[in-house]
Amino acid sequence: MADIRNYTLNFGPQHPAAHGVLRLVLELDGEVVQRADPHIGLLHRGTEKLAESKTYLQSLPYMDRLDYVSMMCNEHAYCLAIEKLTGVDVPLRAQYIRVMFAEITRILNHLLWIGAHSIDIGAMTMFLYAFREREDLMDLYEAVSGARLHAAYFRPGGVYRDLPDTMPQYTASKIKNAREVARLNENRQGTMLDFIEDFTRRFPACIDEYETLLTDNRIWKQRTVGIGVVSPERALQLGFTGPMLRGSGVAWDLRKTQPYDVYAEMDFDIPVGKTGDCYDRYLVRMEEFRQSNRIIAQCVKWLKANPGPVITENHKVAPPSREGMKTNMEELIHHFKLFTEGMHVPEGEVYVGTEHPKGEFGIYMVSDGANKPYRLKIRAPGYAHIAGLDEMARGHMIADVVAIIGTQDIVFGEIDR
Amino acid sequence: MNKFFKTFFLLELLKGLSVTLRYFFARKITVQFPEEKTPMSPRFRGLHAQRRYANGEERCIACKLCEAVCPAMAITIESEQRDDGTRRTSRYDIDLTKCIFCGFCEEACPVDAIVETHIFEYHGEKRGDLYYTKPMLLAVGDKYEAEIAKNKAADAKYR
Repeated sequence: MADIRNYTLNFGPQHPAAHGVLRLVLELDGEVVQRADPHIGLLHRGTEKLAESKTYLQSLPYMDRLDYVSMMCNEHAYCLAIEKLTGVDVPLRAQYIRVMFAEITRILNHLLWIGAHSIDIGAMTMFLYAFREREDLMDLYEAVSGARLHAAYFRPGGVYRDLPDTMPQYTASKIKNAREVARLNENRQGTMLDFIEDFTRRFPACIDEYETLLTDNRIWKQRTVGIGVVSPERALQLGFTGPMLRGSGVAWDLRKTQPYDVYAEMDFDIPVGKTGDCYDRYLVRMEEFRQSNRIIAQCVKWLKANPGPVITENHKVAPPSREGMKTNMEELIHHFKLFTEGMHVPEGEVYVGTEHPKGEFGIYMVSDGANKPYRLKIRAPGYAHIAGLDEMARGHMIADVVAIIGTQDIVFGEIDR
Repeated sequence: MNKFFKTFFLLELLKGLSVTLRYFFARKITVQFPEEKTPMSPRFRGLHAQRRYANGEERCIACKLCEAVCPAMAITIESEQRDDGTRRTSRYDIDLTKCIFCGFCEEACPVDAIVETHIFEYHGEKRGDLYYTKPMLLAVGDKYEAEIAKNKAADAKYR
């Protein structure tokens, strides 16, 4: 009889379902996975080491590029860490803006996740519907920061600029005449907050639509129910966080357990799953859409009623306004000092964990009192999740590996750093 | 019995298909790119430009703040004293292949000389084509000055 050996298959890094640059070495017995060995490091850019030779402000845009589908949440953790070390006060309005944009980012992230995950499993149209809503949120990103992805909007001590009073408009063109353009611009007439409010009213119907397409769909259920089951105990042992942990039934959310910024004021619920399979994690994320939408609506309401400063007045941390810088010598000196030497952060070490869309995103920072961090360590949620991939995939078919990678919501920017 | 009915007649699949069918007949949201464009905010960070004052004098005074703050070290500046005694740049290069478009140069500039414009459709055929020198940056600024001034004025009150 012929000697039958296990077959080794390289999955990725060029495979479209590998979500970026995952190289997964699969040991197969027929079509059943015996061992899944993720190889990481293909997107390593040395962000942690790079931060040691850059001032605190200069490292901020690199935070966007860690998890490049939830940009502002990365910045959020980084700014909170600096604020904790320097002890600078953040104006309340800035805290609300940051919470609002952190939740917008959560929706952005989950929209990309639902699009990519469903297209991996075979539901083609979801991707198109998810990107339709993403476009509106991308417009918000651009209107507020000037970039659709890499925003660099949150700053230590607040946010860079206040929310604009107008939304950018569509303009007439060869394809669309003035009447059609007026229809497109209908919800862009008011301030940016009006546009967000309009979005929060529209969005629940969109979520219902996604659920109509997926939740009861038998193909979707066949592909996700009972796949990649993680018990609550095992999820805790593996260091899972975020929807991966909540999908297993552990109600752990840093926004509730260790509230930062104004999350303590917000009224929202933590969705938890029951069985800890891909389907439950899908349901958890769908409910997170609704909860994030609720938080955004609350922030909009508060922000509309309370104008005010959006960045700290402490010019040792945040630069003065343009007008002050151009008319006042002292502020000009602050401006020059901040943009060359940068801020000095008192000696000490700090860890700040935030509830990032993917899990607990933490920044551990050691400062020796200079204008650069002595050491910056980034705790990426995806790193712990991908370490559990082998355990989750063992005994499943090759096609289920795709579902498991999808449900982990892996982004290599943060894993490889 | 009810469950059998649901399973047998593919009810949930038909419901999903009704959503896609509705969008088949709905108004299309596609933006036909080169002809029409998505809205662009005055804060947009695209290609860089060097601006001039209304009298034609270049704004940049070679303070090198942008060079110092640039996280990607994409800016190179050399300066010298001109015959009229003013300090100006003799070299101002931005390597757009290094630039990460964070907008810090614009934030740092005390005289609003270096700005990021709304232009995003530039290209280069060789790698070197994206190494922008001072005359190239000034040319971009001269060409689009009206739009740049409009955008900066629209955003001035927030900065």
